[in-house]
Amino acid sequence: MFFLDHAWLVPLIPAVSFVAILFFGKRLPRNGAELGVVSVGASFVLSCGALIGWVQRVNDAKPAGSALGGMVHAFGQSVGRLGAEGHVAAVSPVVHHLTWWRSGGIEFGAGTQIDGLAVMMMFVVTLISFLVHVYSTEYMHGDRRFTYFFAALSLFTASMLLLVVADNTLQLLVGWELVGLCSFMLIGHWWEEKPNSDAALKAFLTTRTGDVGLTIGVIMTFFLVQRATGSGSFNILAVNSAALSGHVGHSFVFWCALALFIGIIGKSGQFPLHTWLPDAMAGPTPVSALIHAATMVVAGVYLGARLFPVFWTGFNIHDGGVNPMALIGGITIIIGAALAFVQDDIKKVLAYSTISQLGYMVMGLGVGAWTAAVFHLFTHAFFKANLFLGAGSVSHSGAHHSFDMKKDMGGLRKYMPITFATFLIGSLALAGIFPLAGFWSKDEILVTANAANYKFFFYVGLVGAFMTAAYMTRCIYLTFFGEYRGGHAHAAPELDGTAHGAVEDVADAHLAEVAEAAHGHHDEPHESNGLITVPLIVLTVFSVLAGFINAAPFHIEKFRDWFEPRVAFPVSTIVHPAFSWPKAIISVAIALAGFAVAYAYYWLGLGPQRLAERNPLARAGKMFLVKKYYLDDLYEKVIVAGIKGPIANAVYWVNQHIIDNVLNYTGRGAKALGEMTYEYIDQGVIDGAVNGLAAGTGEAGGAARQLQTGRLQFYALLLVLAVGLFSLALWIAS
Amino acid sequence: MIAQNVAFGILAAAMVVAALGVVRTNNVVHAALYLVVVLAGGAAQFILLGQEFVAWVQVLVYIGAVIVLFLFGIMLTRAPMHPDESLDNDLKWPAAVTALFLAGVLGSLLIDAFHRTKIDIRQPIRTAAVTNAVFRTYIIPFEVVGVLLLAALVGAVVLARKD
Amino acid sequence: MLLNQFLLLGAFLFATGVYGVMARRNSVLVLMSVELMLAAVNINLVAFAAYQNNVAGQVFALFVLTIAAAEVGVGLAIVLLIYRNLRSSDLDDVDVLKG
Repeated sequence: MFFLDHAWLVPLIPAVSFVAILFFGKRLPRNGAELGVVSVGASFVLSCGALIGWVQRVNDAKPAGSALGGMVHAFGQSVGRLGAEGHVAAVSPVVHHLTWWRSGGIEFGAGTQIDGLAVMMMFVVTLISFLVHVYSTEYMHGDRRFTYFFAALSLFTASMLLLVVADNTLQLLVGWELVGLCSFMLIGHWWEEKPNSDAALKAFLTTRTGDVGLTIGVIMTFFLVQRATGSGSFNILAVNSAALSGHVGHSFVFWCALALFIGIIGKSGQFPLHTWLPDAMAGPTPVSALIHAATMVVAGVYLGARLFPVFWTGFNIHDGGVNPMALIGGITIIIGAALAFVQDDIKKVLAYSTISQLGYMVMGLGVGAWTAAVFHLFTHAFFKANLFLGAGSVSHSGAHHSFDMKKDMGGLRKYMPITFATFLIGSLALAGIFPLAGFWSKDEILVTANAANYKFFFYVGLVGAFMTAAYMTRCIYLTFFGEYRGGHAHAAPELDGTAHGAVEDVADAHLAEVAEAAHGHHDEPHESNGLITVPLIVLTVFSVLAGFINAAPFHIEKFRDWFEPRVAFPVSTIVHPAFSWPKAIISVAIALAGFAVAYAYYWLGLGPQRLAERNPLARAGKMFLVKKYYLDDLYEKVIVAGIKGPIANAVYWVNQHIIDNVLNYTGRGAKALGEMTYEYIDQGVIDGAVNGLAAGTGEAGGAARQLQTGRLQFYALLLVLAVGLFSLALWIAS
Repeated sequence: MIAQNVAFGILAAAMVVAALGVVRTNNVVHAALYLVVVLAGGAAQFILLGQEFVAWVQVLVYIGAVIVLFLFGIMLTRAPMHPDESLDNDLKWPAAVTALFLAGVLGSLLIDAFHRTKIDIRQPIRTAAVTNAVFRTYIIPFEVVGVLLLAALVGAVVLARKD
Repeated sequence: MLLNQFLLLGAFLFATGVYGVMARRNSVLVLMSVELMLAAVNINLVAFAAYQNNVAGQVFALFVLTIAAAEVGVGLAIVLLIYRNLRSSDLDDVDVLKG
């Protein structure tokens, strides 16, 4: 099958386009945008081909009879399909591998491992990316770094695809880091404003914290394979089968899983490293859509799905109860949703919503609901991209490039009917209303959590569903209903940055400037043009229909059949509870209750309005949310300062205790002995400590400064001396 | 064999003296001329070892071109041409100690490793053999070095030109 | 002939060059000392080539020569630039790395 064998083309095309746009983009009639759109479009066509090829491969597979036990005991080594007779057919992934070099028996290479998961991801990534490209040609029109933006967008897509098709963990790590780099470039697209470059740095550094975990995890999984089979490997299939083999001590697998999970926490915005995600809204809106729907954040979930057996064994997922993955996912659902209530910025509402939804996916993996979690990733990509692009459309054409719902929006449904309709459907899908896409996937996660003995997380998920419905209602109310608040009062409100605290106002001010210059009229909110609305409509269609690919009550379980690698699992690994109407009705009812409560509060004015202004307790609670649980303060003031502090203090301490005590106090101590007055000791100790602290720091700096003469020849001398000593040492040692 | 050893001794003594001259003289132009002696001595040693091609390349490239470059550099930077006490910096003694230490380590290592190894030169290596090696076995490094030279040339022009 | 006589000569020249790099103030002189070090390396390479009766040593000596030429070109350009900016080719004046 051409498309499956040549999947390497899929990441290659955008990568080539990145280079081409960078070098030739400015000379092209549309400044490089056409290259980006065409290349990602080509990747999308290839991905569709791969998808069709894979589905054929699955359908053509011969049922392997009842010899389930004889199947290769390795996750992904063969992919199963439940045939009509209930037998499972083995469908092995299409693997192509190139060895780059070998060193000491360790092989380094690149390759593609195409199976259901990879095919599904390729499809989602290229589709969303394609739509985002199209949308950006209008949204970013006239931007000062338009060409550069499209180059970065292409590289972003290419990196994510590289990660998706990877057949070994090293390649996955390379793609992972490239995705991080591109998100840094794109979040800081308007880097001239300090908040934007700060946000980009924060995203980069926070995810990097997690990447340390991933790097350690990759190294550990190499040794995991070595322990299981005798020779180490980075191959994903080998890692998975090693994790399931049972030849490796459980604690080792646990640490592997934990290290990898730290990578997931960083990348997928899980508690407590979620703080970078809302700040990442500083980037242009299409980037936010891409980051939140198809690339970047789902890379973490993808990793969890890819190396699921490591987590399954390491975290004892089959045992039920509590494990780190389910717990962190569960916490993230609730805290993300709670934060979404206090945001005035429409994109930040969506950002916290993404955090919350990613919590569902991670929790799904944590409770063993592999298929449901991946399915949720699939559906979430569509409706979240829809919502983000919708928010961008609102801001672009209706709110003078502001994202502040309370100041610059309201009543927009009259002006922007298409955007309103798509946004509404996206919100309903997000809230999990039957029969939209979000319902099927979220319901599957919840039902599985319940069936797999994770009752607690079932209720967490229900609470999350309630909150999701409520905050989306608030968001829609503030944006599309009520009176239009943007109005003529702010003809160009974005231009003075002081009027708006939010980062994005500053960010999109350039666009506003450009847009004012380009269209000349911007006083009336209006519907966006076709380049924006068509992607929205396409995504809305997917938001409605995507769920039916795995609609259990209608006996459609194509998603499960096509994409699930389940032969290799011990029977109960992926739990597949029967669809339960009562539970589905409960979850929809809870979501509807969320709508109802929010409706009552915002439309009808029922309930304790403006509670936060009257009640100190409520005010404190709101403050706690507005300050994002003080996590940023914790990171910046306590941890960063705490790391800087001790180093300085250590220098003080060494100086004070060693230099001062040894040198000063020997002399001074003799004098003190002679006088022997209590006050003197008192004064001497305290004064000495205080003065010594200051003097000691100065001395330490001064001493270190002596070495930094700035004279190259002195550095050369030190270098030669060191080399000489080192060779001498080596010679003596041999 | 004895003739060769005598030749080596004379050349080596000249090279040692000239090398010390390069790093000790107080006249920059003299330093360049001492360097000529060292390099020419090196070329003679190569001939002694039967490697004549590299010897002549050393004469052409080093003595013919590089030294001329150095003299240009001396002129262009108006380096002091008369005996001048200020050519050494105050790191002279630490540098001398470090260099002696390095020489000691290297020398004792070499004596320890090769104290009885003899060189047996049957016949000089023909230039044809060298060119064969350069254009067959080492063709890619050769090309890379060519590109490097070009890059260095462009870089030197860019650095040195007055804008 | 002993291999060592060439190697020791090379070691001596190398150490002399190192001394020159560290102790000379004039930047042209420092570059000359670097050439001294490279010449020492070449003697080593050629001596081993003769000892092994292998042409590779000679070829690499040629590469070293080429790269030495490139290095002198770039080095002198840098010296000129320093001279133009600081009106001096004295390395003691180039101490912007001072901490």
